Amino acid sequence: MTSKPNSNALKVFPRRHLLTCEGLSANEINFVLDLADKAADHIRQNGKKRDVLAGRTLINLFFESSTRTQASFEMAGKRLGADVMNMNVATSSVTKGETLIDTAVTLNAMRPDIIVVRHHAAGAVELLSQKVDCSVINAGDGAHQHPTQALLDALTIRRAKGRVAGLTVAICGDILHSRVARSNINVLNALGARVRLIAPSTLLPSSPERLGVDVFTDMWKGIDGVDVVMMLRLQRERMDASYVPSSREFFHFFGLDHEKLARAKPDALVMHPGPMNRGVEIASTVADHSRSVIREQVEMGVAVRMAVLEALSAHLPSFKDVA
Amino acid sequence: MSKIIEKPKSVGPATVFINARLIDPASNRDEPGGLLVKDGIIADLGSHLRRNAPEGATVVDCNGHVLAPGLIDAQVFTGEPGYEHRETLKTASHAAAAGGVTTIVVMPETNPVIDQVSLVDFIQRRARDNALVHVHTMAAMTKGLKGEEMTEIGLLKRAGAIAFSNGKSSIVNTRVMRNVLSYAKDFNALVVHHTEDPYLSGSGAMNSGEVASRLGLPGTSKIAETITLERDVRIVEMTGGRYHAATISCQESLDVVKAAKAKKLPVTCGVSINHLTLNEHDIGPYRTFFKVRPPLRREEDRMAMVHGIANGDIDVIVSSHDPQDADTKRRPFAEAADGAVGLETLLPAALRLVHSGDVTLAAMLKALTINPARLLGLHSGRLAKSAIADLVLFDPGEPWVVNKDLLRSRSKNTPFDEAKMQGRVLRTVVAGETVYEYAGVERT
Repeated sequence: MTSKPNSNALKVFPRRHLLTCEGLSANEINFVLDLADKAADHIRQNGKKRDVLAGRTLINLFFESSTRTQASFEMAGKRLGADVMNMNVATSSVTKGETLIDTAVTLNAMRPDIIVVRHHAAGAVELLSQKVDCSVINAGDGAHQHPTQALLDALTIRRAKGRVAGLTVAICGDILHSRVARSNINVLNALGARVRLIAPSTLLPSSPERLGVDVFTDMWKGIDGVDVVMMLRLQRERMDASYVPSSREFFHFFGLDHEKLARAKPDALVMHPGPMNRGVEIASTVADHSRSVIREQVEMGVAVRMAVLEALSAHLPSFKDVA
Repeated sequence: MSKIIEKPKSVGPATVFINARLIDPASNRDEPGGLLVKDGIIADLGSHLRRNAPEGATVVDCNGHVLAPGLIDAQVFTGEPGYEHRETLKTASHAAAAGGVTTIVVMPETNPVIDQVSLVDFIQRRARDNALVHVHTMAAMTKGLKGEEMTEIGLLKRAGAIAFSNGKSSIVNTRVMRNVLSYAKDFNALVVHHTEDPYLSGSGAMNSGEVASRLGLPGTSKIAETITLERDVRIVEMTGGRYHAATISCQESLDVVKAAKAKKLPVTCGVSINHLTLNEHDIGPYRTFFKVRPPLRREEDRMAMVHGIANGDIDVIVSSHDPQDADTKRRPFAEAADGAVGLETLLPAALRLVHSGDVTLAAMLKALTINPARLLGLHSGRLAKSAIADLVLFDPGEPWVVNKDLLRSRSKNTPFDEAKMQGRVLRTVVAGETVYEYAGVERT
């Protein structure tokens, strides 16, 4: 039996692609989070496969290596009944010199329904989306956006705290290179949270306060009284110059340890999009602390990706239309 | 936030300095009076102590000579660690004491370079155990002074590094300089930069101009200094980091600093005593003791620096004390090392500007006491109640002739050998303790 497309999605989430969190309304976000909430409960209860995407083809096109995001999308797609194909870019024609657009045109000719793309260059996913007929989900483009990460973070916060609006969320660490930070700023602001950025000046983008956040270069001040502490990984692979002197110094001033965490609210959540560098941006014991919801984030990742796939699939041409 | 390993203050009977001319640039004080020291601290001062000694206090009669805050020298190179045959912290501190200098800031250009917390700690412990005067250290702002990767500025500052320097070389990579200033700002750390574009200065051995042309020496143009300084000011404007140009040497550089100050940027500058008192003609027949960095410039440039001190546009005078031995100095001019010792001649050389009428005594002392104290965040450099009793007593009028063999510095590379000086340090007091007293006849 084939489930009907989610008819609400056509009205509330009128999008063919999910490329960025910028411009997502609170309604759209809450619609996805509500779907994801159900998906999460569904998975916990019986784990049965659904068939929303039965007969659909999902391509995971990852130009940048990823373990958790790729696995999460694969699992989400399979749980919804889609045929999932993982493109291993290291052995593909990309390494033979094919341009991004040629790759897109080639894949498009195979008529997939949804392509999930990660690329190291900001804007690459949007460029690709212009050249294909199917839905495109941005699974991370450079330091630009990683929408499903921000949505799963919002879901994790909402489930733990009962709300997002009115909370103060500190995003701490390598903001400059972080697509997770940019996506989260959009989503959290749309949902009415107060966002703080905490980083040394060298790891902040220029004019950060213009993004609608409060900026702190002193973590002791920035973490004071917050409801959520979101740590980011130091992205050394994206650094082409001396941004921070050493891991030791970074941990000392910007790493999350128990002393700094004690400044946050007593029930503050600790989050991390992973992969973690223990002892660099987060103390091991904090990562494994009872306040840490890092594992829940991974769980919600699958649920949110199922929700996004479901919402987008409502816009796919039905089999009847094609016939 | 920074913790400094300090010398213990002397505890014991009070000492009173009577019959002094008290000069304190920080409070515009210049009056006959006296000063009472107890437990290393200035307990009282003023005209009421001119003749009256409190009971039980040891009395020092100043005979009307000048009693001022001990000098703070913000740029001293030593050879410790690595080149102890040139100078140790101990010998440098003896030279400082003899020059009326009660605080020296040593540069990280040692071997190994002071670019790690443990080395800052090493300098502080060695200084505490061996030095007569207060010693602070700058730490390197880039690892190994290579100008590539920044050092642990936050941890180094906490360990006691008073500022961050790249020694005698400029950071060429603009992005590194931007990151350093940006990062240092978060820790309110002071960046002290030697400004010289190494591509422009090339193999230059002295100031580029007529004298260099006649001597057949490769020249270093002023523009190498000014361009780097201008670049740095732009970066300060962008990042807001605190910046001090270590030693400028020409009008053009001073104009850049003045323009930055007019924009209220956190920019200051210093000048070495050599560039206030000497010019390129002093090099004469290839005298390598006059080879310094930046090079001695033309007389107009020297006068521009002197006016800069007179009107307060230049913040700080440093000795730029840089001990070099015969190995590095007894060479053909272009191959000889840069640098001159200067701790012991700093005050008398600076007094030349006062005696010539170009600079007031107060303006000169300001650049050697309260200004460097404020720049570096030190509580010394002033005569005030409950300030640390770091003092210099000097006779501004006494004539004498410099004899390099009598210098306490382990290296004798002074440009002032056999120079006539007017003004002599009579006594130096560090935290209430006399560390130098002129005996009347120099030891031989």
